[in-house]
Amino acid sequence: MVLLKIKFTQQRRVHLAQGLWLLSWMAVLWGGVIFFLGVYLKTELLRRAEVMDNTEIHVVPNILMMVGLASICTNWVASRVCQDSMDSTRFPRWKVPLLAWFAVSAVLCCLLIAVVVLSYALQGSLEQSLKVGLRNGIRFYKDTDVPGRCFQKETIDRLQMEFLCCGNDNFKDWFEVQWVSNRYLDFTSKDVKDRIRSNVDGRYLLDGVPFSCCNPTSPRPCLRYHLTDNNAHFSYDYQSEELNLYSRGCRQALTDYYMELMNATGPGVVSVIFIQLSVLLSLRYLQTAVETAMVLEDPEGDSEGYLLEKGVKETIEDLKTNALTILKFGQVDPDAAEGSSEAADIEKDEKDAPPTPAS
Amino acid sequence: MALMLVKFDLKKRVKLAQTVWFMYWFAVMAGVLVFSMGLFFKIELRKRSELMDNNESHFLPNLLIFMGLVACGINAFGGKVCYDSLDPSKFVKWKPMLKGFLFCCMGFNALLLLTALLCFIMRIPLQFTLAEGLKSGMRYYKDTDTPGRCYMKRTLDLMQIEFRCCGNENYRDWFEIQWVSNRYLDFSAKEVKDRIGSNVDGQYLMDGVPFSCCNPSSPRPCIQHQMTNNSAYYSYDHYTEELNVWKRGCRYAMLSYYGGMMNTIGVLVVLVTMLEVAVTIGLQYIDSSLSTLVNPEDPESESEGWILEKTVKETFTDIMDKMKSMGKGTKVEEGGQAAVATVS
Repeated sequence: MVLLKIKFTQQRRVHLAQGLWLLSWMAVLWGGVIFFLGVYLKTELLRRAEVMDNTEIHVVPNILMMVGLASICTNWVASRVCQDSMDSTRFPRWKVPLLAWFAVSAVLCCLLIAVVVLSYALQGSLEQSLKVGLRNGIRFYKDTDVPGRCFQKETIDRLQMEFLCCGNDNFKDWFEVQWVSNRYLDFTSKDVKDRIRSNVDGRYLLDGVPFSCCNPTSPRPCLRYHLTDNNAHFSYDYQSEELNLYSRGCRQALTDYYMELMNATGPGVVSVIFIQLSVLLSLRYLQTAVETAMVLEDPEGDSEGYLLEKGVKETIEDLKTNALTILKFGQVDPDAAEGSSEAADIEKDEKDAPPTPAS
Repeated sequence: MALMLVKFDLKKRVKLAQTVWFMYWFAVMAGVLVFSMGLFFKIELRKRSELMDNNESHFLPNLLIFMGLVACGINAFGGKVCYDSLDPSKFVKWKPMLKGFLFCCMGFNALLLLTALLCFIMRIPLQFTLAEGLKSGMRYYKDTDTPGRCYMKRTLDLMQIEFRCCGNENYRDWFEIQWVSNRYLDFSAKEVKDRIGSNVDGQYLMDGVPFSCCNPSSPRPCIQHQMTNNSAYYSYDHYTEELNVWKRGCRYAMLSYYGGMMNTIGVLVVLVTMLEVAVTIGLQYIDSSLSTLVNPEDPESESEGWILEKTVKETFTDIMDKMKSMGKGTKVEEGGQAAVATVS
């Protein structure tokens, strides 16, 4: 018994073809939108590539771009099929390509669903990558004279000012790193010598932060040095001061930003999945309706359209046997004897076929 | 001798009408463009009106918005007239007002050119507005607890970060005002008392700048306090130090930003003016070609089109004569009435 049978008059077939043509062009447009979303996301990720350690997260925009392009091509093919469907001389040449089309379309839908899943699943990986990248950036902040690292200071400063954040988790990360280059330290002064001796690695650590951590909305001119010393500044309490510096860490800020971007692309991707599925189903109905109409005595008469000729299970069995027979043609015959468990049909074929010499 | 005489047959007339109709639709979009540019400019001025002491002149963006709307209206009407010119029965109702409409168009084009000129000239008053506005803005930097001025610090900081500038002319402007609020000064400390005593107004002046003046490209962590004291920092010479804070003053930064915007708008308005002149000439050709049909009953007959019926000189003298006769006409009437009065 067929799956989801619908009766089609000639009028309905024409309407279906026209509607599907419009729908496939809309799908081409949406495919373009998805491609540009992918390009935008990739550009944003590449802009901050200096503070990211690995590029695992790039798989999301890469798939989006690929799917966008593939969707444009497949839906353009669908529109051409629609145009030819009303012409009985041109339609038969689409018979085999349509099977490939259905497979490609199904793969596209699966990839789109995978993108949605990945964009949530890779959040942890993104955070880890940012953690390592930012940690390196903060460590190499002072190396403005080392080739290859000389731009870290500017990168981190601009990042902190743009994303309104300070440090990796919070501003205290700057207390644990020497962010003042040795070139600007007077090693004869007592203060410098004390600070260097106060830790094992001989680093000049201070309870201060760079200027890019300063929050412009603070009512008070920015306090950057001696942050833990309440007596160093008038009317200042380290524990209760909130607006002086940015309280958010840059890792959190960047993760939120990218998650927001990917969430914003979510509705677009979901709607493309729906459109692609509807194009797939409508094209299947159109194909079956037109094919059954062509074998009738009266091509203008009523015909039936369906999704699958037999039930789901039987169709899967048929597909498996077809695939195995195709494989068999490419193999030497003795190997076919060790067929799969549903080899009942195959063995029947073997018995009917003439015996071949064993190798 | 008409100016730029062109012979027309039906086919040419139809082509002319279609082309001018098409150009009118472009001109409508150009009008929309002028309108949106005026709107954009107005919004940009409003965004930074705090830094211009709310004194900035909105004359130019308002004019652009008005001209854009008028352009849309005129061009839509012109397009309709062009469309109807292909059908003699419809064109008849537009015929009488066409001359007046063309005069209006010429006046409008002149105004549009004037607007473009203004775009290039208004830079000068803007310079003065910015200088005054920034000076007073910097004075209110410390007043974060005064209602109405509490956002000046944030506005100035964000502006200096965004435009990469410091102070009005340069960073030394910050040395001349007190930008630290009295709430954060310990008046019992000797240093504070010294600084306050060192000037007539009793202001806490220091050779330091806010953090927003810092240049991220500097290889050295930012030096914002005691900037003129070379011995306060290791290996520091404030005369040769170039990358530490932004060298440019905010007045120049903002002026070049707005100046660039106004130049672009000016150039675009000039281009729109040229388009308007072209469609006006096109409409004049349509009008003249449809009024000089060799055989008025036969729409397919030949005709001539021109920009001016006589040469420029003759047209000019004609206009002068007309104006003189209008003036004389009233005089003669008065004289005639007086004669009648005396007779009776």
